[in-house]
Amino acid sequence: MRLNDEEKDMLAGKFGPVPKLALEHQIAVGDFFGAQDFVAVSQAHIMADTESLGEAGVRWLERLAGEKEGRRRVRIPTITDPRGTDFAKAAFLGHSSAMLSLEERAIGAFVKLGVMMTDTCINYQTVQPAILNEHVAFGDTGVVIYSNSVCGARSNYEGGPSALAAGLTGRTPRYGYHLPEQRRATLSVRVDFTPRGLNEWGALGGVIGRLAGHYWAVPMIDGIELSPTSDALKHFGAAMASYGSTALYHIAGVTPEAQRRADIASGMTPEYRVARTDIEALEQSYRKDAKVDVVVFSAPQLSIFELRTLAQLCDGRRFTVPLLAVTSPQVKPDADRMGYTKTIEAAGGTVLSGMCFYQSYAREISEAKGWKILATNSAKMVNILGGYGYVPMLASMEACVEAAEKGRLA
Amino acid sequence: MSANARIYRARHAMGQKVQGEALVAKDGFSARYDLDRAKGVFSRPAHKLAGQSYVGKVLVLETAKGGVATAWMLHDMRSRGMVPVALVFNSVNPILAQGAALGEVTMLAGFDEDITTAIPNGAKVEIDPQAHTIAVID
Repeated sequence: MRLNDEEKDMLAGKFGPVPKLALEHQIAVGDFFGAQDFVAVSQAHIMADTESLGEAGVRWLERLAGEKEGRRRVRIPTITDPRGTDFAKAAFLGHSSAMLSLEERAIGAFVKLGVMMTDTCINYQTVQPAILNEHVAFGDTGVVIYSNSVCGARSNYEGGPSALAAGLTGRTPRYGYHLPEQRRATLSVRVDFTPRGLNEWGALGGVIGRLAGHYWAVPMIDGIELSPTSDALKHFGAAMASYGSTALYHIAGVTPEAQRRADIASGMTPEYRVARTDIEALEQSYRKDAKVDVVVFSAPQLSIFELRTLAQLCDGRRFTVPLLAVTSPQVKPDADRMGYTKTIEAAGGTVLSGMCFYQSYAREISEAKGWKILATNSAKMVNILGGYGYVPMLASMEACVEAAEKGRLA
Repeated sequence: MSANARIYRARHAMGQKVQGEALVAKDGFSARYDLDRAKGVFSRPAHKLAGQSYVGKVLVLETAKGGVATAWMLHDMRSRGMVPVALVFNSVNPILAQGAALGEVTMLAGFDEDITTAIPNGAKVEIDPQAHTIAVID
């Protein structure tokens, strides 16, 4: 990679060992993908729950944080994805003191590095969305696909170590979705219906993600008749990223780079059609049981609008199985203030903050609580939780709330 | 290496030269979605390698799937000695490259042929990242 004078100084250790180590990591990744140089980024977002970090990852962070003050801090606003627990509800979740201790150590290291503990996977709704053509270094696949597609920003998937490296150096290797030519559509998908609820938007994202199949595929989607909401595209993109490792899509006439189809797609791309029966088949493929042990709304964290809808559905009910709703630390105080938390919890539900269910020791929660059969409206979560020993089932928010009351998913 | 070893060349490579037994499937890979990292086995029931141990194996798979957690998880798996000896994929995403860099796991990606059909399951293979090659040696 070509380095400018500042990058050469960084690599020579003139700013200390922390930026040097960060830049070395970025060069290894940049060389692997044939990046020619670095591009400056304005924000970084770090996925770093301790289930992923493990003891080794926390020790790695502590080593960086052990550098003296003035030589260890991030250069740009650098924020965090959900944590591995909600400390206020850790006992309810069955999280052990060892898990909490590891979380506290990771947080301590991040704070020393100057990282802002936002603990959110919906920063585009709650912190600051990136704007058209803004280069950023975002972790969490849902954040990347939303920022790339809906905002028109430019980011690759930056895993925790690389997002932190970008925060420490203020740049990232210029490859993948930082390059305009990489952002053109590689497949066309004609959708002949418009999804109705968030579970259907997620299921459609999952179906298109499977068609796309890998990180470098960029779907161009036609046929969506209504303007989707931010929450709809949140579930749509998160599921597409989860099923397909997809990082960018375009919707004709909706997303900013696809206002004119010709701007982003040629007539040469393979074409697919997706019908309502395809998303029904995806939902049906997860229906293994009628009985439900737990209902979870998470992945991505809920917006204040989703919590408002959920509170309306919970009002006056009495749940027979646990219902969990997970949101961000930015949204939770509003949900408390507006009475949504109280309504959901009066029905027997629990509102959690700053975590995300699958990033918070889901396997250990299952073992501690005896939860196996799980209902959710998140297509992303049903794709993930099978590997954690759950039998996850996808349904609408309305059907999931009813399942929490009756113990069975209709 | 025998004179008639079959050799395949990758466009992308990183890490050290290694040998090992190939564990091959036409399926994806995500450390979070697919693995029980405590036991060292594939755990997602729908995965073609469900129930099989990946520890010390050369994983030969189709592509990277899912989320960003693998970037940390390979590093943690390495620290506990529960890691594949190498990753060989038809295509990878940035997360696998970032994770392999931090976890010091040898990796190849991007072949002219389908590497999951070229390498027989159970074959002994040698990977040379400097030469960008994987060779079937037994």
